[in-house]
Amino acid sequence: MSKKVKVNIKRQDSPDSGAYWQSFELPIEDGMNVTTVLLRIAASPTTADGEKVAPVAYDACCLEEVCGACSMRINGKVRQACSALVENLLKEEPEITLEPMTKFPRVRDLVVDRRRLFEGLKRVKAWAPVDGYSPRGEPDRMSPSDQEDAYPLSRCMSCGCCMEACPQFNDKDDFIGPHAVSQAILFNTLPAGKPLESERLDALAEAGGIAACGNAQNCVKVCPKEIPLTVSIAKAGRATTVHSIKRFLAR
Amino acid sequence: MAEKDVIVVGGGLAGLACAMNLAADGTHVHLVSLVPVKRSHSVCAQGGINAVNDVTRAEGDSEYLHLDDTVYGGDFLQHQPPVKEMCDRAPGIIDLMDRLGVTFNRTPEGFRDQRRFGGTLYKRTAFAGATTGQQLIYALDEQVRRWEAEGNITKYEYHDFLSPILNDNGVCRGAVIQDLFTMEIKSIPAGAVVLATGGNGLVFGRSTMSTICTGSASARAFRDGVRYANGEFMQVHPTAIPGTDKLRLMSESARGEGGRVWVPKTPQDTRDPKDIPAGERYYFLEERYPKYGNLVPRDIATREIFDVCVNQGLSVEKGRLCVYLDVTELPPTTQQKLDGILEIYEKFQGMNPRVVPMKIFPAIHYSMGGLWADYVKNESTGGLVEKAPKNHMTNVTGLYAIGEADYQYHGANRLGANSLLSCIFTGLFVAPCVSNHVAATAEAVPSSLVDAAKKKETERHNAVAKMNGSENPRALHDELGDTMTRNVTVVRNNKALAETVAKVGELRERYKNVGSPDGGGWTNQSVTFVRALDDMITMAEVIAQGALMRDECRGAHFKPEFLIESPDSDDPATLREQAVTWCTKFKEKNEKWLKSTIADYNGGDVQYSYEEVDTTLVPPRPRTYGLKGAEIIEEVWREQFLSKTPVGAA
Repeated sequence: MSKKVKVNIKRQDSPDSGAYWQSFELPIEDGMNVTTVLLRIAASPTTADGEKVAPVAYDACCLEEVCGACSMRINGKVRQACSALVENLLKEEPEITLEPMTKFPRVRDLVVDRRRLFEGLKRVKAWAPVDGYSPRGEPDRMSPSDQEDAYPLSRCMSCGCCMEACPQFNDKDDFIGPHAVSQAILFNTLPAGKPLESERLDALAEAGGIAACGNAQNCVKVCPKEIPLTVSIAKAGRATTVHSIKRFLAR
Repeated sequence: MAEKDVIVVGGGLAGLACAMNLAADGTHVHLVSLVPVKRSHSVCAQGGINAVNDVTRAEGDSEYLHLDDTVYGGDFLQHQPPVKEMCDRAPGIIDLMDRLGVTFNRTPEGFRDQRRFGGTLYKRTAFAGATTGQQLIYALDEQVRRWEAEGNITKYEYHDFLSPILNDNGVCRGAVIQDLFTMEIKSIPAGAVVLATGGNGLVFGRSTMSTICTGSASARAFRDGVRYANGEFMQVHPTAIPGTDKLRLMSESARGEGGRVWVPKTPQDTRDPKDIPAGERYYFLEERYPKYGNLVPRDIATREIFDVCVNQGLSVEKGRLCVYLDVTELPPTTQQKLDGILEIYEKFQGMNPRVVPMKIFPAIHYSMGGLWADYVKNESTGGLVEKAPKNHMTNVTGLYAIGEADYQYHGANRLGANSLLSCIFTGLFVAPCVSNHVAATAEAVPSSLVDAAKKKETERHNAVAKMNGSENPRALHDELGDTMTRNVTVVRNNKALAETVAKVGELRERYKNVGSPDGGGWTNQSVTFVRALDDMITMAEVIAQGALMRDECRGAHFKPEFLIESPDSDDPATLREQAVTWCTKFKEKNEKWLKSTIADYNGGDVQYSYEEVDTTLVPPRPRTYGLKGAEIIEEVWREQFLSKTPVGAA
């Protein structure tokens, strides 16, 4: 007999209905991750008490931790379900507990609506304002050290873990969150993004911008890509201060 | 002015490039995607993107050689004018992506760094760490967000494409989509629809593809009359990490940076791989292919790994097929360039590949075939006529196919780092073609047409939601995947293929008795999956039937019963004679099979026919990588069989 794992899942049928818990029990497979657990439940949605229920709704896509789809709270900690291996989770707790992220509107079961993440990227204009897409020849060179600084920030997959962990990010305030701050810094560093530097700093200086950060430093601890978010936040703090002083003096 | 709008379905590289280019030109785009576009499957592409560059040029490289490598690698099964256009525009595309802020790796002097990929002798591949696809798609995602903020793009993320809207003349005038949160069905009128919906790896159960790569959108278009071409050509990537839920890609860049593939000469040697001396290791790719070494084209590397494990019994493990992919001897600075993929191995396998050789095995990876798409040849350049509305239009007027979803560019086998290129190229290139088509059609879309399409899909959704038979859809999918993986991947034979066709037919019947276990009104993933399963069965039929009918070996399609025997005589005169016989047989085979398979749904009674391939730029020649007797075959072919001088070679 293969060993079994008990999985407790916080469920919700629709955005407006109440939450409830269900437990499932299933055999552990070699290298099994949480997305496989959810796939097995989808194939045979029967609770540990033998009750046939609707399959658990969940988000997943690449299954190799580059797309950011499968963020959820696993044993109370927000992370990617695909890279959360059952074997490792059982070293933390005897059972596995799955909950949806709490900072975004719930849709169903483990699925939440993370559109606010992408709105944040709009607020800081995280893009290169190129003239057009016709050929313009090779752009300027970039030093390897600048590339090495930028590359880690550009691996952010907008999974939302940093916002889930941030005490300042909630549905009452409009804090933009560490994710967008870091992307603003990335584009202010890249030559391609420079022309909008000042507008980005204006956005970060507004209400819900960098001043809303309480420096709890939770974000950097939960980032699955180990992006130096607190470094970006510190840079953003300094840059907006200098920018605001310049603005003030220029009046 | 809905008739001037364009619907782009799919938010990967091709869809985003197309949407961005259309929006920049003032077209209003409805961008439909199963997932937030930033999470599309393009993020999984690792190694890089090909283009001729200053460094390779100095070594004699040219756009013509990029074309030559691509069609030779693809065993000449692709129309050459679109490939030429793509290779010609590749250098400009890399420059553009650089301008958009892609953090390409740099040389000490600050130029873009390049690595070598399979099927070429030149370092054409630009890269951003080992997450190039992710970096490229993010740059396009950002541009699309910019146009979204301007109001030129409306996004429909978490939406499923259900069907095109076709008028009485069979012209596409919009699409029906479904919101995967509310399950609401929406009907959107438009002047054109572009399908950029990727490949169909999920037909094989597990593959390197993301969970969304079911081929649903293609199957739905196919059932509505769009032809499907070369379905049987599925790329099996030589190096993936076997897993119970997914076969995770281990990029070709690992070998491009110097990684070596080997097995112990002693079968299932129990020693720690580090303790096995060099003399007791079998570097089979390097030994069998001295010219390309570990960087032979993918179909070849795949078959060799398969051969070593299955036929020679040299798999590293006893109960599981795998070989070593070894990057442990690379200097730390080189390993660093591979961090993105080495991390994946470490996270999912719990071993550090910088110290311990990785265990890998081939996996289904890319659909070379896809929706049939037209092109307009430019007779003076040999490439395409820019902005011609017919470029990438399917046989349904107003319905386009681009990216992995179409069948152009890669023939019978795709070269590594050409997929990112073909996706971005087609997305950018098709935009003005679509605009011109839309500009020429002024009539409004009648609301009766839009309403009727919505009603039809709503009824279909309701019917699927009510299915309450005893068959479990996930179990049916597992059976489909097992059959397809066993019989339609690396080595194919007609007996097993015929069995597969019959099995898929059986699954088609059993599908009617499926139960959809969820009565929920929000995010009903069961209904969405049950519908996709129907589509995967349709795709499986086309793939298996195409493979059964094609009696030859070409690229990824390997049927040993139809291999031409290699010249092997020690006597020079006999050897030459054998080579002449080989070339004669090869010529006959090409006359019969150098054609694309075209499947026509025809109301359920699928018809198969064959389409001639335009090979006017590079005359077809035997593909002789590592082939026994390659030299004499090439010599005889040049002397006696090659009639035309390549057009662009002068």
